[in-house]
Amino acid sequence: MSLIFYILAAVAIISALVVVFSKSPVNSVIALIVTFLAIAGHYILLNAQFLAVVHIIVYTGAIMVLFLFVIMLLDMNRENEPHKKWTTKLAAVISGGLLLLVLLAALKKLSIMPIQHAVNNKMGLVHDLGQVLFKDFLLPFEATSVLFLAAMVGALMLGKHEKNNI
Amino acid sequence: MEKITNAIQVVPIQHYIYLSLILFTIGIVGALLRRNSIIVLMCIELMLNAANLLLAAFSAYHGDAAGQVFVFFIMVVAAAEVAVGLAILVLMKRNNHSLDINLLNRLRDNN
Repeated sequence: MSLIFYILAAVAIISALVVVFSKSPVNSVIALIVTFLAIAGHYILLNAQFLAVVHIIVYTGAIMVLFLFVIMLLDMNRENEPHKKWTTKLAAVISGGLLLLVLLAALKKLSIMPIQHAVNNKMGLVHDLGQVLFKDFLLPFEATSVLFLAAMVGALMLGKHEKNNI
Repeated sequence: MEKITNAIQVVPIQHYIYLSLILFTIGIVGALLRRNSIIVLMCIELMLNAANLLLAAFSAYHGDAAGQVFVFFIMVVAAAEVAVGLAILVLMKRNNHSLDINLLNRLRDNN
């Protein structure tokens, strides 16, 4: 059973590396979709079925399609990206590695308690999540609608074509 | 299905933490390494997803559904961020015909 976890983890990590190191932006988008599908598989393993479905719909269905549209709209399917200096690249890799090292070292000190609760198989289903979302988190839920409205208006204002103003 | 979703009994939570840390680090390195703004935005998505995975793992191990609700809110913020960010990128491409992130280091008007 744990084999599925390790396979999914390997797929996620390898495709995340492809996202960073591939030359063409379209390949990056495809690799990122594979990463998101692997993460959705992790959600299913973690008893969060509804979360997995929403993740697939929102990320691979909406966000990555938006990315693809913008890439095709801007016609950047060419390898014309200027490269950073190698010192900058080295500094980026070293600082990322140091961050990983610090976090792993902090994790060493962590003592993790065993699972106390009985595993509830229905926790990730719509019924239970809806109870929590609309009872305990009603105000944040309403606030997100305002956030979405602001994002929508902001994107419209930015995308509007004004010749003399901008 | 019952057997598949019982991974929390066999996989220790440390492995989920390691996986999230590695994904987050890959996102950070990518955001620092690349000069294409769209790739930088994708790396930010990768970091958000690493945090999401960790929240879902902790939620499952603790038996509390609040963590999964929090993941929903992070998804909402990510969707809003992508909408506005891509609009900014389109505007940037229209104005100076390039998506190089180094062009953004002088946001003031040069004239």
